[in-house]
Formats: sequence, C-alpha cells, structure tokens
Amino acid sequence: MSISIEEVRKIAQLARIKLTTEEEQRHAQTISTVLDFVRTLNEVDTTGVEPTAQVTGLEDVVRFDMTEDCPHKKELLAQMPLVENNLLKVPAVFKDSEE
Amino acid sequence: MKLNELTIKEARAGLDTKKFSAVDLAKACLERIKERNSEINAFITVCEESALQEAKRADEMIAKGEALPLTGIPFSVKDAIDTANVRSTASAKILDNYIPPFDATVVKKIRQQGGVLIGKTNCDAFGHGASNENSMYGPVRNPHNLSKVAGGSSGGSAASVADNMCLFSLAEDTGGSIRQPASFCGIVGLRPSYGRNSRFGIMPMASSFDTVGPMTKTVEDMAIVMQVIAGQDNLDATTVPDRVPDYLSEIGGSVKGLRVGVPREYFDNDNIDKEIKKIVEAQIKNLEKQGMKIVDVSLPLTKYAIAVYYILVPSEDSSNLGRLDGVRYGVRAPGESLFDLYAQSREQGFPEEVKRRILIGTYALSAGYYDAYYKKAQQVRTLIRQDFDRVFGEIDVLVTPTSPFAAFAIGEKANDPIQMYLADIFVSPACSAGIPGISVNGGFTKSGLPVGVQIMGPRLSEGLVMKVANNLSK
Repeated sequence: MSISIEEVRKIAQLARIKLTTEEEQRHAQTISTVLDFVRTLNEVDTTGVEPTAQVTGLEDVVRFDMTEDCPHKKELLAQMPLVENNLLKVPAVFKDSEE
Repeated sequence: MKLNELTIKEARAGLDTKKFSAVDLAKACLERIKERNSEINAFITVCEESALQEAKRADEMIAKGEALPLTGIPFSVKDAIDTANVRSTASAKILDNYIPPFDATVVKKIRQQGGVLIGKTNCDAFGHGASNENSMYGPVRNPHNLSKVAGGSSGGSAASVADNMCLFSLAEDTGGSIRQPASFCGIVGLRPSYGRNSRFGIMPMASSFDTVGPMTKTVEDMAIVMQVIAGQDNLDATTVPDRVPDYLSEIGGSVKGLRVGVPREYFDNDNIDKEIKKIVEAQIKNLEKQGMKIVDVSLPLTKYAIAVYYILVPSEDSSNLGRLDGVRYGVRAPGESLFDLYAQSREQGFPEEVKRRILIGTYALSAGYYDAYYKKAQQVRTLIRQDFDRVFGEIDVLVTPTSPFAAFAIGEKANDPIQMYLADIFVSPACSAGIPGISVNGGFTKSGLPVGVQIMGPRLSEGLVMKVANNLSK
C-alpha cells in the first residue's frame, strides 16, 4: 500500500480527526488507491512550467484599512456552543503540554 | 398546468398580469414538496412560514408596479450556501444547528428583489461527491427514476427544479457539482467562469475552484437569473471587475458561422456509454443544421484533469475545512482537552468522504510531499489551461457529453471512490481552467433517463455558451 496505517494515524493527528481503528484501515486502503491513481501526473513533462495558483490574473485587490462595526454580534453569540458573560467558553489551551 | 410547473419567464408574465399571486405560486411549490419530498429527499429545511411572508411582500411590490425580474419567484438554495436566519447544514452533522447571520451575496441579490426562498436543499456534505449519497441527511433520489441517484454534489437542487418543487435553484460547482446533477435530472445547470459570481457566503471547499451558479428549467431562465446574480463584489476579492453583459439579448442572437469544437478525447469509446455518445452526436448534427461549423479538435491533457483535481481540491479543502472545529459555531462534541474537542467534533460531524479528502489534502501538503503532489498538480493545471487557450484560438465553443453515463443506481458506486471520481471526467477540466460550462438536456436513454450535453467557452463567455445551449434545446 502506498500509505501505511501509521502514516494515516499521523495525518489524522495533524488534521485533528479522531479515527476509529476500522476507519484507519479503510482510509489506508482507499487513500493508497487514490495516491496510486494521481501518480499518472508523473507522465507529464512540467519542466519550466509555472504553477497555477489562481485563474483570474487579478493582483493586489485592496481596500482601505478602516474598521467597521459588526452588525451581527447578537446572532454570532447565539451560534456559539458555550457562552459565559458574553464570552466564548473553551477548554484550557495550555492545560495539556503534549498537544 | 400547475403553477409550480411554470418557468421563471412564464411565472413573471402571470404574476405581472395578475393571473395569479406570488402567494399562489409559493403555495403550489410547498404543496408539491409536501407531496414528494419524503420520497425524493431534495430538501433538508423547508421555509413554509417565511416563504409565505416573503411571497406576500412580493405581491405588495407587484401591486405597486415595482416588480423586478425575480420578484415573487420561488427558489431553493443548496445547503452549503449561507441564508440569513435559515438553518444551513452543508448536509453535515457538524453544522446541524448552524444558522447563518447573513445571506451569501448571490442569495441577497435575489431576496432583495423579492425572490421567495422555499427551502434549503440536500447535497453531498460540503460538496464532496457526485451522487448525493455522501449527505448525512440521506441520499436524494432522481425524480425520473427513484432507484437512481440525482447526481452530486447538488443533487437536492437539481431534483427540486426537475420535480417542480421550485422554479430555480442556486448551487455551487467546484468539480462538476452543478452540471453533473443537471445532466442526471434533465435540467439546465451553469458553472460560470471563476470570479464571475461572488463566493461570499458560499461555504468554501476549494478556494481556487469554487463557483456558484443557477440551476433552471430553461436556458432563458438561466440568463434571467445570471443577470441578477453576476458581478463584482467587494466582499469577494477574487471577483472580476468585468462588466456583466446583457445575457438575454446575447442568447437570442444568430449562431450561423459559429465554430463548434468537438474534442475527440471526450468521445473515446473506452470512457463513454454508447447511448450517451449517440445522443450527443445527434445534438451536434442539430447544431450543424443551424449553420454552425463543426471542427474536430484535440485536448490531450484531458485525461489528467481528474488527477490534478484530486490533489489540488483536497489540499485546498483540508485547509478550508479546518475552520470547522466545534469551537465557535456548529456542533461541539464534549472533550476533556482542546485536542479532544477538535478531534471528536470533526470525527462525528463529517461523513467518510469528507474525512478522506481532508486526509489526502493534509498528506499532499505535508512537508516532504508538497513538491511531488501539490506543486506538480499546479503545473499540470497550467498546461490544462494552455490546452484550452490554444483550442479557443481555432474555435468558439466546445461541445461534449456532460457525463459518461446517465444516472446510476443508488449504492452502485458508493464503495469505490475512484469510480465515483471518474464520474466527473468531462466536467472536471473546465474547473482547472476557470472557464464556463453549461449542461442542457439533449435527450433520454431507452430507459428514460436524461442525458446532458455540455457547452464550454473561453473565460467570461457565459452569453455565448448560453446562446449555443439555447439553440441545442430547440
């Protein structure tokens, strides 16, 4: 297989997704198939070819650096999973030093 | 004829001559939804109450003589597009309870005119799929044959229009998600040039590929909706400043002498159903009869388009979907640590295909693999663009099948991701190049399934592409 279960585990860690053992197995198989498939691009000679990042050709689309008030504060707070004193509540960021 | 079976053009005439009201029209659509949605599953959210209120306001506009092209016209919006105060899930559980505080720009333009939002349509979660089987709210069934898929990722939008549950829909196309379901359901679907329509409020999948476009019953209706939604937006810095032409007058012009390119790679017997090929070739003869010149061309990079797509899109996707973490909005899974909160929310909130693409993208972008995958794909993308540029020097538009086959059975391709990806071989290349593509119905298979014909043109040639498509359906 092009990608091992250990590699899938490592990527899942980077992507912050907690896969089950079953899923790790399935993904190792299907992702290997996809990686094998996309390898056909090696047939194409890309010497000296510029990579495409975007197709519009637009450059430096800017606006004045002015602040505006947000009209949706109430609605945005209503969408937050856990709110206390108008603040978003989350688990401690620095609690676990491993992560 | 029932009111929900009308086209936008017909409904406009009826509303303005007071033959019926916008409330009548909305009620007819809501009736149809009640009748059919449990079988077809096109809608995740139906906005009965607000739709009737919007229809009432539209009637007031019409009474004052202030009707605009889409005033009082009922439409649906794909659930991966933000609609103010209306639940938008992108067909994924992680957004099961999400209510956007604002409308996407293209939605706003329609609602400001008094367009009536009937509901939010089912889709493959976050646009990931070609059959609408990757929805966490159940698959969408094809109105022409309930055992078949409606196509994806905008299956719900396509089915809602094809089954007359609304008069048009707004959907998005990243790798074929408007055109392919339009083909499977027998309606018109346009992928506009990248940058023609604002992506503000379109839940992002792949930022350099995503486009938003209409799905309609006729090409004329397509021109009407495009006229309303196209144009530069200060909220989307990737929209182009080019003037929006008068689409309705462009589609009516003569097609005599237009050069239509037929790229041989799209008609290769190995890749396409015989029946599909016959139907599309008959339509090409139809174009020839109307005075268009048919030219044999070649696009040798065609076979690499899917590989390019399945490196670049998962990569950009993995980056965009990073914002769905259970922290600020959406469904938050309980977790003891911050890492757990992220990892569990995303594990439970995304379906398999979405997780697959996030993993592929994360891998392709990770240190050591970036050059071999991502950069290589970007370079081949440049070559695909050049391939099209070269061909558009000799011809005006390209005509191809939209899909290598008609709607397949539910479950048939669900376990084979590569087979599913290959469903997009004819619609994918336009995405790399940022050019427009429209699918119109070209006929039916012996078993009664619709077959779409695709017209592609150079960047910003929506008017031309719609004109040729308009002549096809005659």
